[in-house]
Amino acid sequence: MAFNVADYKTSVHNNWCPGCGDFGILNAIQMSLMDMQLDPERVTVFSGVGCSSKTPHYINTYGVHTLHGRVLPFATGGKLANPEMTVLAVGGDGDGLGIGAGHFVATGRLNLDITYIMFNNGVYGLTKGQASPTLHLGQQTKSLPNPNIIHEINPLILALSSGYTFIARGYAYDVAQLKALIRQGIEHPGLSFIDILQPCPTYNNINTRDWFGGADRKGEDGKAMPRVYKLDPNLYDPLISAETTDEEIHQKIAAFFAKATEWGDQIPSGVLLQNLTQSTYEERVIESLPKYKKNPPAKRQIESDNKPVLKINTILDELRVA
Amino acid sequence: MDLKGQSFSWCVGGAQGSGVDSAANLFARACAFGGFHVFGNREYYSNIIGEHSYFEVRISDEPVLGHTSSVDLLTTFDAETPFLHLDQISEGGALLYDASLVDVPLEKLPTIEPRAKQDLAKMFDEHGLPHTLDAIIQLARQRNISLHAIPYEDVLKADDALGQLPFSTLKRMVNTMSVAASFALIGYDFSYFHKALEAIFQSKPKVVEMNAKAAQLAFDYTKKEMGEPTLPQLKPLEVNEPRVYINGNQAVGLGKLAGGCSVQTYYPISPATDESTFLEQHQSFDVEQGDDGSILVLQTGDEIAAICSAIGAALTGARAATSTSSPGFSLMAEGLGWAGINETPVVVTLYQRGGPSTGLPTRSEQADTQFALNIGHGEFPRIVLASGDLEEAFYDAIRIFNYAEKYQTPAIHLLDKALANFGKTFSYFDLSKVEIERGALLKDSQLTAGADFNRFSFQENGISPRSVLGQPGGRTWYSGDEHLEDGHMSEDPINRDRMMEKRAQKLVVALEEIPTEDQYTLHGPSDAETTLVSYGSPKGALLEAIQRLNSSGHAVNYLQARLLSPFPAQAFTEILSKSKLKIGIEANFSGQFSQWVQQHTCVKMEHLVVKYNGRPITVDEVEAAVLNILSGNAPQKVVLRHGI
Repeated sequence: MAFNVADYKTSVHNNWCPGCGDFGILNAIQMSLMDMQLDPERVTVFSGVGCSSKTPHYINTYGVHTLHGRVLPFATGGKLANPEMTVLAVGGDGDGLGIGAGHFVATGRLNLDITYIMFNNGVYGLTKGQASPTLHLGQQTKSLPNPNIIHEINPLILALSSGYTFIARGYAYDVAQLKALIRQGIEHPGLSFIDILQPCPTYNNINTRDWFGGADRKGEDGKAMPRVYKLDPNLYDPLISAETTDEEIHQKIAAFFAKATEWGDQIPSGVLLQNLTQSTYEERVIESLPKYKKNPPAKRQIESDNKPVLKINTILDELRVA
Repeated sequence: MDLKGQSFSWCVGGAQGSGVDSAANLFARACAFGGFHVFGNREYYSNIIGEHSYFEVRISDEPVLGHTSSVDLLTTFDAETPFLHLDQISEGGALLYDASLVDVPLEKLPTIEPRAKQDLAKMFDEHGLPHTLDAIIQLARQRNISLHAIPYEDVLKADDALGQLPFSTLKRMVNTMSVAASFALIGYDFSYFHKALEAIFQSKPKVVEMNAKAAQLAFDYTKKEMGEPTLPQLKPLEVNEPRVYINGNQAVGLGKLAGGCSVQTYYPISPATDESTFLEQHQSFDVEQGDDGSILVLQTGDEIAAICSAIGAALTGARAATSTSSPGFSLMAEGLGWAGINETPVVVTLYQRGGPSTGLPTRSEQADTQFALNIGHGEFPRIVLASGDLEEAFYDAIRIFNYAEKYQTPAIHLLDKALANFGKTFSYFDLSKVEIERGALLKDSQLTAGADFNRFSFQENGISPRSVLGQPGGRTWYSGDEHLEDGHMSEDPINRDRMMEKRAQKLVVALEEIPTEDQYTLHGPSDAETTLVSYGSPKGALLEAIQRLNSSGHAVNYLQARLLSPFPAQAFTEILSKSKLKIGIEANFSGQFSQWVQQHTCVKMEHLVVKYNGRPITVDEVEAAVLNILSGNAPQKVVLRHGI
């Protein structure tokens, strides 16, 4: 039975603001799940708290809407216990890089097979537009009484140093590219991070759809010159594999930094890094628990006729004193 | 002679990192190998090397319930321990010390706390004694404590082979020698010492060989020099059953393995971490049926992640737990609230330590009890189960997963540092006494793939059938927001009322279903006029104290609570109405559990006996406090202050 895109949609009323960038991201997630023909019952979407964290309610898979900033620890527990499940984590930049920054870093070190999709809009929307960790220093979005005096964070560079092995950037209004990026992220064997530039039409009056689209900068032909551009595969190769030499790795990391720090009139999008040389957490677990995949925690038999199956005397014999 | 129901208390002290734990382990195991019942209490600073630590081991021919304030033999190999523990030596007791240290001045011991140093200096001045270890020896002599000096280094140097070794190597064996000398003083069969030494260092034959040699020298030296024995001479006993010697962290770890815990998360914190380490050491284990058993132990970035990852795992159907201590538990508040509103069976093992803040990181307190009962904003049901001793800790570690799953709610296993580090000999645990009950967890065959499922369906008993993440036919949503039966967010006032009432109902059902013997126990004569009301780690001290009190003509019983939430208020009201004098006994400042009882029963304790210096309550402290109260001279709140 083939799944169509409607199979990934719920009938829950969506209460995002009209014109919100979140809609594009939601569509892209649903389309990539359909593209991959993933059984909705074998997928769980975890989220934090905030506008974008309502996403699971609109996707017809298992949905777990957790706590502010804690999406990754919840997703980690779920994926570890049931590694057969496809696990997506979604949330905003305030959720993931403000209150959840510690988890963002700690989870990177695991390289567990989770795809983390960040809805990055520079503001805390649901609480009416305060500056979030990605809003640039000195900027004053419309609900700020004064310009932002806290320096911004660079999510891509933080992801690299934390150990994410797939790092990409998308744009909420380029659903076709997003769909491909999310699919690549899910197919990547380790932890994927997709930073999605997502205009908040209500509170971020600086990084707007028009601004990303370059409506304010017309070329000689009178056409808008978009700020967001796609990385050219002929000029930029994000892949680090077993064949990549140390020297090439250094060059690739340098190129990554150059692209990750581009902002303003030139904002790159696409896959910035895919590192296939790092072992995944599952692989590391299997080294000491060889039957982990076959017999994961969620499926383990723990009783027989309601009696514990543990042979406790084997362990007690180790501790025996008389 | 044998102990005939009496006990013998031994204590070893010394700087952390100098082998105090190994010495105590050796002593305890050698006694256990000889058929004695053993109880151990371990005290240490939040420090790696240098601060004072000690280990009390109490043995008897009958099971030992708790520890006492006094010791019969104080064994030392440093200068500091005799200074700090002299007062603890019982009448007719003995002190073993390093003869080469008698001139060490008090002022040269930086790890003695300033207050203790001042008190000692004052006492020495009052007695006209020098400020050296010799003063302690003289004071001990005045108290008729039998003194046994052993010059560890000289004894080693006199040996042709060992004498050639560098001092740093020799120094590492004085702990073993102190145990050997102890056994000489109590006339114990030295072969058990060898057996224990081999059991502990089995992977290091060289260490065994060297230590055995050094120990023999200490044993022979002491035998030769000790004169007529003054301490009980202990003959091994016959044992007809296999026994283990384990501590509280291990008891809980074993319970988790038996209870089918498949995911344990943790962030390092004293005194909880040893449990997770034990689980990781036993991550693969033999099972009666099916594939090899296993538990996945995940070290997280903090305790917030620890609880959240455990909940994530619990949502997949795995039995999941996290283990922590007081400051870590503070960080779990929001996670527990989420598990509460999402009816998720997650187990938190809480080892309370001295608070607030970092508090007394390696000392015990029962000061997070009200916190555990109230943790989290908003109102949600939770199970709180308090074990009183290591045996209960083992079985409760299994039962609490049943409660968590049957009532689909977070469950807190309330323990403390004392229980974590108490050690005890046990007969093998009997798993036929326990069952695994998974409650309304649905099998795949009970669901229809592709169909909608309401995880939070309204049921009369509040308990909705439960699917797990990834299960065909169980697709549903979870949300920390108030939600509908299908888990989607809702602020509808009528739904809100129904959901609050549904969740609360589960605890009403739990109280009806959980057997009363797992809720509370009334120990001692049921018609006694005086009732001690308590929970948790003071159990051993209380049990022995009421035995003593009842055998000396008083009528005292002890009402031990295990299930604190839901609270068996009606049973408590009935039992306490029969008692004329009710005394709440617990290890915290304010009598948190007594307040909880009063809140639920309107019964107020006539007296509170509390302790908050971080050291566990001893048998004789309880006995003395109760006698004092019975004499009519005690204040309403009695504070216990024993501790080193």
